[in-house]
Amino acid sequence: MTDLTSLTIAEAREGLASKSFTARELTDAHLAAIEAARVLNAYVLETPDRAREMAKAADEKIAKGEGGPLAGIPLGIKDLFATRDIRTTACSKILGNFIPPYESTVTSQLWRDGAVLLGKLNNDEFAMGSSNETSCFGPVTNPWRREGSNTTLVPGGSSGGSASAVAALLCMGATATDTGGSIRQPAAFTATVGIKPTYGRCSRWGIVAFASSLDQAGPIARTTRDAAILMRSMAGHDPKDTTSVDIAVPDYEAAIGKSVKGMKIGIPKEYRLDGMPAEIEKLWSEGAQWLKAAGAELVEVSLPHTKYALPAYYIVAPAEASSNLARYDGVRYGLREPGKSIIEMYENTRADGFGDEVRRRVLIGTYVLSAGYYDAYYLRAQKVRTLIKKDFEDCFAKGVHAILTPATPSAAFGIGEKGGADPVEMYLNDIFTVTVNMAGLPGIAVPAGKDAQGLPLGLQLIGRPFDEETLFSLGEVIEQAAGRFTAPKWW
Amino acid sequence: MSVDATTVRRIAHLARIAVSDAEVPHLQGELNAMLAFVEQLSEVNIEGVEPMTSVTPMEMKKRTDAVNDGEIAEIIVRNAPDTVNDFFLVPKVVE
Repeated sequence: MTDLTSLTIAEAREGLASKSFTARELTDAHLAAIEAARVLNAYVLETPDRAREMAKAADEKIAKGEGGPLAGIPLGIKDLFATRDIRTTACSKILGNFIPPYESTVTSQLWRDGAVLLGKLNNDEFAMGSSNETSCFGPVTNPWRREGSNTTLVPGGSSGGSASAVAALLCMGATATDTGGSIRQPAAFTATVGIKPTYGRCSRWGIVAFASSLDQAGPIARTTRDAAILMRSMAGHDPKDTTSVDIAVPDYEAAIGKSVKGMKIGIPKEYRLDGMPAEIEKLWSEGAQWLKAAGAELVEVSLPHTKYALPAYYIVAPAEASSNLARYDGVRYGLREPGKSIIEMYENTRADGFGDEVRRRVLIGTYVLSAGYYDAYYLRAQKVRTLIKKDFEDCFAKGVHAILTPATPSAAFGIGEKGGADPVEMYLNDIFTVTVNMAGLPGIAVPAGKDAQGLPLGLQLIGRPFDEETLFSLGEVIEQAAGRFTAPKWW
Repeated sequence: MSVDATTVRRIAHLARIAVSDAEVPHLQGELNAMLAFVEQLSEVNIEGVEPMTSVTPMEMKKRTDAVNDGEIAEIIVRNAPDTVNDFFLVPKVVE
């Protein structure tokens, strides 16, 4: 029998149904893999007892023929999702030992469908980062290394633990969240598939808030089919989130393998950056040719406000974060640092509890919202955001079904390599992904090739609102053409 | 636009984050790097453009004005750093 951890969710589902192995065996194989891979620091909390209990329950249901769509599938959960009676920290010291008395809607739907919780996954503190280096639990290691090198690389961020765990076979799939690229960039850095659904597709209830008008949950998995399977369980209307949309959730898996013949694929000229590495350029045109070979039609499109998306994001996201993070005051939960007055207690608690990146963003957000600066910064950025969204609307109005772009401007980089002197250097990682959040659209990152040093690279497909199905169909075409990439095991 | 040391201290106080004098020059540099980066937005013509208020066109849903939860004070205070009889405890605010 092959190692159970290397199966896809679709394969495991079949194996469980045909009784080739039990959910308990599948979970135990993953728990052993997690234990042997602690050097990657992907998990910040392992929950083996809970996992075995849930696996046992799944086996009983499967035996009775009552197993749900994810019965017995072991998953990792980003530590941004509140899990009932299980420590949830957003990887921030300020949440301390917070034990939620409630479960996030997205995870509750995974458990409803029979999935098994293996543990909580590392991420950048409050999801603020592109390398998973801002976590209070320390950085995550990417299972991928440059050929012939031992240099430790980042898995991307903020969902770095999710991407690393999926790539290193430490779970069959993982939940993640994406505010500016936090699902798609780490997926591209680890040769995994990550989809950020349309804003409103997944409930945000019970997910630690970063920037509420941009945050969306989505899955990271090893194949587009697996991502589609997870998405179906995660998506859906929730009365507890007023921005969650009340429309039916399609069977995303049915979109896998569907013909893309006649689809119009936009190639945006503004994504062709000056000084873009030749291998990224090559990957992009290769991806376009694969879609063309499958019957799609390529059209050049223009998204003129692309270059303003990242600066507008660095006003909107910190502004919303400064407001959302006001709740961490040392009164109702988490860390408290004493002070002589209540104000001093707040100030000491927040100084000690927030890491450097979070502090920086809260300060800039406070500044752009402060009296006298609101119009010049926040209001202007929200107007630019309207223009960014309009660029996409104009493009889709011309009959374009989806837009193809590179997922990231480079492959994974080393720990400590970026953003040391100037924070903007790190922010540039999200240049291709952030437009999608600003416009509320769905975007998928699919592994498409390797760079000269043997590191994975991904392509991104951007879709029309609530048309994730097209992204799954097109993503599958790329996956079939490019093949799958597995990190050689060294840990 | 750029911020000076006094502004950094003022913002930090507004954000309720204690900042030591030694940290101010460093933070000032970082904040100014971010402000320089977002400066390019001033090139965009935003004449007559409406600011975005909702990324998906939808009407705000309203909940029925009814009690549907409660009587769980013990659960609510469970994670608090300091409590007494289901109350959150804070440093004295009224003399």
